[in-house]
This record gives sequence, C-alpha cells and structure tokens, in this order.
Amino acid sequence: MAGNGIAKKVRETQVWKSIFRHGPPDNARNRAAVIAGNVFLHLHPIKLKKSGVQLGYTWCMGGLTFFIFLALTVTGLLLMFYYRPTAEYAFNDIIALREHVPLGIMREIHRWGAHAMVITVWIHMFRVFMTGSYKPPREFNWGIGVILLVLTLLLSFTGYLLPWDQLAIWAITVGSNMAKATPFMGNGGPGAMLARIGDFVMVSDKNDVRFQLLGGRFVGEPALLRFYILHCVFIPLVVGVLIAVHFWRVRKDGGISAPL
Amino acid sequence: MLKALINQLADPIISFPIATLAFWWMIKYYRFFGSKKFGMWALIVSIPVVAWFFADPNFYLIIKTPDNVPIGILLILVCFFTWFSLHKAAVNDERIEQGLVPIEALPENREKVWSWPNLVYTELFAIIACTAFLVIWAIIFKAPLEEPANPTWAPNPAKAPWYFLGLQEMLVYFDPWMAGVVLPGLVVAGLIAIPYIDTNPKGNGYFTFMERKWAIISFLYGWLVLWVYLIIVGVFFRGPNWTFYGPFEYWDLHKVVAEYNINLSEFIWIKGLGIGMPKNLILREIFGILLTFAYVGIIPVWVAKATKIGRKFYEDMGSIRYYIFMFLFITMMSLPIKMVLRWLFSLKYIVALPEWELNL
Repeated sequence: MAGNGIAKKVRETQVWKSIFRHGPPDNARNRAAVIAGNVFLHLHPIKLKKSGVQLGYTWCMGGLTFFIFLALTVTGLLLMFYYRPTAEYAFNDIIALREHVPLGIMREIHRWGAHAMVITVWIHMFRVFMTGSYKPPREFNWGIGVILLVLTLLLSFTGYLLPWDQLAIWAITVGSNMAKATPFMGNGGPGAMLARIGDFVMVSDKNDVRFQLLGGRFVGEPALLRFYILHCVFIPLVVGVLIAVHFWRVRKDGGISAPL
Repeated sequence: MLKALINQLADPIISFPIATLAFWWMIKYYRFFGSKKFGMWALIVSIPVVAWFFADPNFYLIIKTPDNVPIGILLILVCFFTWFSLHKAAVNDERIEQGLVPIEALPENREKVWSWPNLVYTELFAIIACTAFLVIWAIIFKAPLEEPANPTWAPNPAKAPWYFLGLQEMLVYFDPWMAGVVLPGLVVAGLIAIPYIDTNPKGNGYFTFMERKWAIISFLYGWLVLWVYLIIVGVFFRGPNWTFYGPFEYWDLHKVVAEYNINLSEFIWIKGLGIGMPKNLILREIFGILLTFAYVGIIPVWVAKATKIGRKFYEDMGSIRYYIFMFLFITMMSLPIKMVLRWLFSLKYIVALPEWELNL
C-alpha cells in the first residue's frame, strides 16, 4: 500500500497530508483512523462481526437502497434545471430533455433508479425479516424502516405525475381516487354522509382528503405543483432525517444483527 | 394448445389456488426447495420457459412496455432470494438439529474484522456494479412518455404504478375504502407491529425456518402470494375494463365477461327465505353484520380455546398481543376468503350498505 516512487512522493506532499490526516490504512491504527476521521466513512463501525460483511447475510440491499437514493437526489437535481412544473411547460420540458440534452440519460437513470429503489427496499425488508433482525433490541428501527418503505413508495408515486403525460395523470387519478374513499374524510367514503348538519355537507369533493392532496377535484395544475414540491423537497427532507435516525439506530442497537 | 391451457390456468380462479398450494408445498418441503440441486434445476428449466414466453407476440406486447421491465427484475430477484433464504435456513436448521450452532454463530464468523478494507471495498464494488447496471438499463430502455396529459380521454385500462397494482387488483374483491385505505393502512400498521407481536426470542440474527415457523409462514404468505402474486396478476393479466386476459391472449376490447354477483343479504332474504328484502337497512344486512363481528370477535376466541396452536399462541403472547396478532392475521386472510367466496358463490358483498357507502 505504501508504494514507491511517485505514489510515495504524493503521499508526502503538504496537500495530501492536509486532506488525509493519517498514513495508508495498512495497520490497525490507521485502519481505525480512516473510518473515524472521515465524516462519510464514520457511519461505519471501525470493526464489525465477520457475518455482518458477508453478502450472503446482508444481500447488500439496504446499502444499495441508500446509494440509489443518493443517485436519485443527484439526477433529480440535474433534472430540476430543465423542468418547470406547470401544465403549459411540463410535458414539453420532458420532450426537450429527451431531444435537446446531449447524452441525455438522466431522466432514464432517475426513472429506472426509482423503480430499482422500490425493489431494493422491498428485498431489504425481506432479508431483515428472514434473519429475524427486527427482534429486540431493533424493534424501533424496524418501524422506522417500515415508514421509510412507505415514503419510498410515496416518492415514486409523486414523481410519477411529473412528466404530465397520459400515463402520469391517469395513474395518479386511479391512485388518488382511493383517497376519496377514506372513511369519514373522503366524500365517497363510509361515514361521510353522516357528517352533515341539516343541508350543510361537511365532507364534500371540495374539501375532502382527495381535494387536499390534489389541490382540486381532479388531477390538474395545482396537483402538479403539489406533487412537485412533495417529490422534490418535502418527502426527501423527511426521508433524509429518517435515514439518519435509521443509520444511527443501526449503530446504537449494536450494529448489524448477528446471533446473540 | 399448451398456450391455451396456460391462458386458462393463469386466471386467478385457478392460479390463485395454485399459488397458495405451491406456497404451502414450498414451506412444507423447504429443505428440498432450498437445496442447491433444486435451485440449479429450477434455473435450467426456467430459462427455456422464459424464452418461450418471450417468443409469443401477445406476451411480448405486454412485457416490452418499459415500465414493466422492473417487474421482470423484481420477479427474478424475489425468486432468487426466496430460494436463497430457504437454502440458508435449511442449512442452519440441519446444523441446529445436529446440536451445532448456525453458520452465522461460528467462532470464525463472530470474529471482528476491520471495516477498512472488508466493508468499504464491498460497498465500493456494490456501488460500481449498481451504477453500471443503472447506466446500461438507461441506455437500452428509454423512459416511457405517452401523449400529453388529456383529462378528457381516459386510457383503458387505467393502471396505477406497478407497485400499487396489488392494491388495484384487490378492488375486484373489495370496495376502495377497504382496498385503497383500510387494508393498506393495516399492512403498514401490521408491519410496524411485527416485532412487538413476535415474542419468540429465537432466530435473531441468523437464517432459520424451524425456530420461527409461524412468523415466517404468515409473513411470506402475505409478501409472496398476497403482494407479489397480485402485482403479477394486475400487471400482466388485467387488460381493458380490468378484465382477465391470459399471458398469450390479445387484449381485445370487446371481450365480454358475464358477471352476476349478488350480496349475502340477497342470498338469504330472497333465495333462502323467499320473503324479499326488509326495508330497514340494519335488519336487511343483519346477517352480514353479525358474520363480520363473529369473524373479528369470535374466531380469535374460538381459536385460542379450541385449537392447540391457538392456546399456545395465547399463552405465549398474552391476551392483548394475541388479539392484535389474530386481528391482523384474519384481516389479511379476509382477502383470500373473499376471493374464494366470489368464485364459488358469486358473492359480492357480505355487508352491502351502499346507502352509507359501507360495503364489505
């Protein structure tokens, strides 16, 4: 690792030493320092049980979910430079992304990545269940994981509307029609007709949960703006915070699960 | 000929019982299904079968839709990892029977290793592989884009994103307030509740089936049959008007399916008693209402009293845990039960109160 000639010279420069505050990680002291001294790497423990690094045990699905989330954040940011969430421009901006942006595969990576994240998060949960890793002391973190799973689906669902094509608005129409049937809170749900005072209807299609979700009675421009903000800002922020909690608790609950 | 047969078999009336039976066999003979030999043969057999499916123009028409590619990937991964986890569990269970510790608990696997390089290099490799995979996928398949949004013209079928198609498929058997709100809500609540219900201390941190049979059976049935299988049905076998189409069938808009579904109340008051429907809503639906209450209220008590396994659950869990578990479990099972009732008796609703939008 120490190398010879140029590599060694580079390591001895002031610039290199200012970035990496320790020698090459080929001995115990430096291997600890490289993990503990780097803000990203220090998410890891310095040492962990061998079963916890074996792919046959972890399937690597949780890590990949996180990586895909980061990849989606980056590609999503790039897409935001080109995309305007209005009924007038949205569809044309997507066309422009396809036809005028050189080497344009950002939207493809973003869309396929979104599907991939749904899949990896499911398989991650499958693995965690099959190894019994939700058992004490990790009950709470399993719950955080379930909420992250739901948020992943919501991220994907809100993003589905943004291309503003037939596929988008009708998929969201089908999905959001479910909200109409929410008991007591949707105007087509059970109990909604009980919520009336005389002739005054308290839960109508102008104020029920579906209306709040779409900002209207059908999937129109206000829905596009709402889904855009939910998709690009609100849900990613919540997901970011919960991922931090999730990772923190993995460490605090004793690291990746292993036989007691 | 064979294709016509498969078209027939794919219909949920037949394929759902097949899926349930296959699941049961897989669980019962998990050591056989989890063996390396079975895995290898399954792989060898499945490749030409998949190729043969792809060669069919009607099947190809559905599978080539870009948004359906991820479902193909999901299926491959689910099949592989189901086999893989059964394999790992079978190996460990055999060891436990011989009085040995599971593989994960061997001293050499308990030994602590450095994160650098053992963990970070694995992660780096996984990241590079994943990036390469996504880039290649993105180059081969263009992201789908249909005509501009047109609120006045609905496509037929109008489908939700693929990961929600299991829920959309449930709409065949339940009203939206159940299929779209209550049941998904209970799925989430039930998943969060798992660690608090499952008090079995065994099987923490290693693969095993034997030591936590019931937990794994309940979870896998929900995940593989009620979630993944229903997504397959929703994606591949549901065409215009949400009518069933076999995998080799052309989605002909004019396929007519006769459906005469009737409610439990009509069954009893008109067909059974022959006195016509009472005017009073509650009286009209009284049988369905009683049946529903019996289902969620009496069955858990009866199971705890009359069956050996129920008594054991009750004693292990205590009354509150036991009831929450039973409620979640029988709610989950209400889906297959409702499916079977629909197929056998054309039963539409057990409680039909359209006046209150309350249909069960």
